[in-house]
Amino acid sequence: MIVDQLQDNASQKSLREAVDKPRAATTAPSGQPPTVKISVRSLNFYYGQHQALFDNNIDICGNRVTAVIGPSGCGKSTHLRAYNRIYQLYREHRAEGQILLDGKNLLDPSTDELLLRKRVGMIFQKPTPFPMTVFDNVAYGLRLHNKISKQELSARVEAALQSAALWDEVKNKLDKPGTALSGGQQQRLCIARAIAVEPDVLLMDEPCSAIDPVGTARIEDLIDSLRANFTIIIVTHNMQQAARVSDFTAFFYQGKIVEYGPTKHIFTNPTQKQTEDYITGRFG
Amino acid sequence: MAATVTISPQTLRPLAETMRPRSMAWRRGVDLLVRVIASLSACVGLIALTWILLTVCIRGGAAISWTFLTQLPTPPGVSGGGVSNAIVGTCLMTLLAGLAGIPLGLLAGVYLAEYGKNSAVASAVRFAANILMGTPSILIGVFINVLLVSPPIGLGHYSGYAGAAALAIIVLPVVARTSEDMLRLVPDTLRESALALGCPRWRMTLDIIFRAARGGLLTGVILAIARVSGETAPLLFTALNSEYSVRSLDEQTANLTVFIANKGPSPYADWQQMAWGASLLITLGVLSLILIARFTLRERKS
Repeated sequence: MIVDQLQDNASQKSLREAVDKPRAATTAPSGQPPTVKISVRSLNFYYGQHQALFDNNIDICGNRVTAVIGPSGCGKSTHLRAYNRIYQLYREHRAEGQILLDGKNLLDPSTDELLLRKRVGMIFQKPTPFPMTVFDNVAYGLRLHNKISKQELSARVEAALQSAALWDEVKNKLDKPGTALSGGQQQRLCIARAIAVEPDVLLMDEPCSAIDPVGTARIEDLIDSLRANFTIIIVTHNMQQAARVSDFTAFFYQGKIVEYGPTKHIFTNPTQKQTEDYITGRFG
Repeated sequence: MAATVTISPQTLRPLAETMRPRSMAWRRGVDLLVRVIASLSACVGLIALTWILLTVCIRGGAAISWTFLTQLPTPPGVSGGGVSNAIVGTCLMTLLAGLAGIPLGLLAGVYLAEYGKNSAVASAVRFAANILMGTPSILIGVFINVLLVSPPIGLGHYSGYAGAAALAIIVLPVVARTSEDMLRLVPDTLRESALALGCPRWRMTLDIIFRAARGGLLTGVILAIARVSGETAPLLFTALNSEYSVRSLDEQTANLTVFIANKGPSPYADWQQMAWGASLLITLGVLSLILIARFTLRERKS
């Protein structure tokens, strides 16, 4: 019991430190008040007969990092995967409701999914470098969407790799296969690949869960710098991570959004009992 | 009346008190027995293979010569002659069968793995492909014979094209099923990350999934070709055989396997020897294809 409490206190303390850590970016990259980028309205999601999301409503702020936390199986990833309609790969997956990206419902069949995914990039749990060279990995999306000259292509690949804080490590390995990099480098390669096509929104589905602590720290720094240009939504199991990187946090439980608000508020003064129980480690 | 002793998880005494351990000698004996039987079985397989290969190499090796590889067959009684027309015929028909069967098979595999998946249509296609793979190849020969060779539907004469068609039907299900299996090995996360970039599905399949699975796909294709290059029965009813050089595939076409079937059982010693030589050529061809397949797969893994 005593040990439990000590651990509780310790984790509480580190959480609080993480939240209180002064960070310039939290007060908006340009000092502007947040504007709503994505509005989710009565989103329901079904895996065949099984309903996984229940009436989700949330407003995601532009140029901010929004963390999505909650116990396993609560629908975090499912929620995220509706934003770029990636679930459509599987015929039995179905979403109902509205997700308004800049006011336009992206779930509407008239929204072209290819153009949508160009605007809404995604990073996955495990790094997924394509079976090609480092350069071609980043160039793939650029070539896909644009007719582009060789010089401009290599300039943009370099820019994307620099934004992903990977350039210095791979500038001499551009012709090596992407799979030859370390796990953390592969994940930053995937981030470079995603940001090369200049999306508005970046979805990150537990981007650090397969990465070692050093790689995780790098990626968290990267997320911090990316918020200037992108709206980031990150699903994470790691509450310290949510506290460290995010401006807003949404707590999911059993397919519902239990609580949503500024990260500092969620972690220090949650209004819902379930949220408090979860962030203090009493369940989940 | 003896009281019945009930054993429940709560009443269990320590294992050593209640159980007699199995005899170690017995366990070692069984282990040895299984090992000996397994090793013997492996040896029987190996011996059979070496025996066949050695016989083919020794008896076929005696027949191989420059004349054998470059000349046409001679009439009975005339010594010398070769199988140049059969080599050309087998190669051409196998090539044509590959050109027709491999793209169709690959596309069918793509449909099964990427689009159909577990749908009713895909299950039906998969079932049909499995049946087709198990169909005796002579039936496929008869089928093509009815369709392309025998009147009233067929053209009325044997042809190399009909032979290639029969071989293509054999290639098709093999390539379809192996490529489906290979494509399914590619994790869905790779598909998702390609789609997440705004990639259309057909480009995802060609650019990313094919590349990820290329070693396996190549192996499947090569093994399918190796398999049909040794088929005899489907050619008996379609291409038949010919003593003349291959001028057109629109007529009876010489090929190594039917050549073996014809000359092997003949009473003439020089014909028998030529059949051995043809056997060796086919064996070497198939063997080298399989080696190439294994080599590419290994290179892919490392």
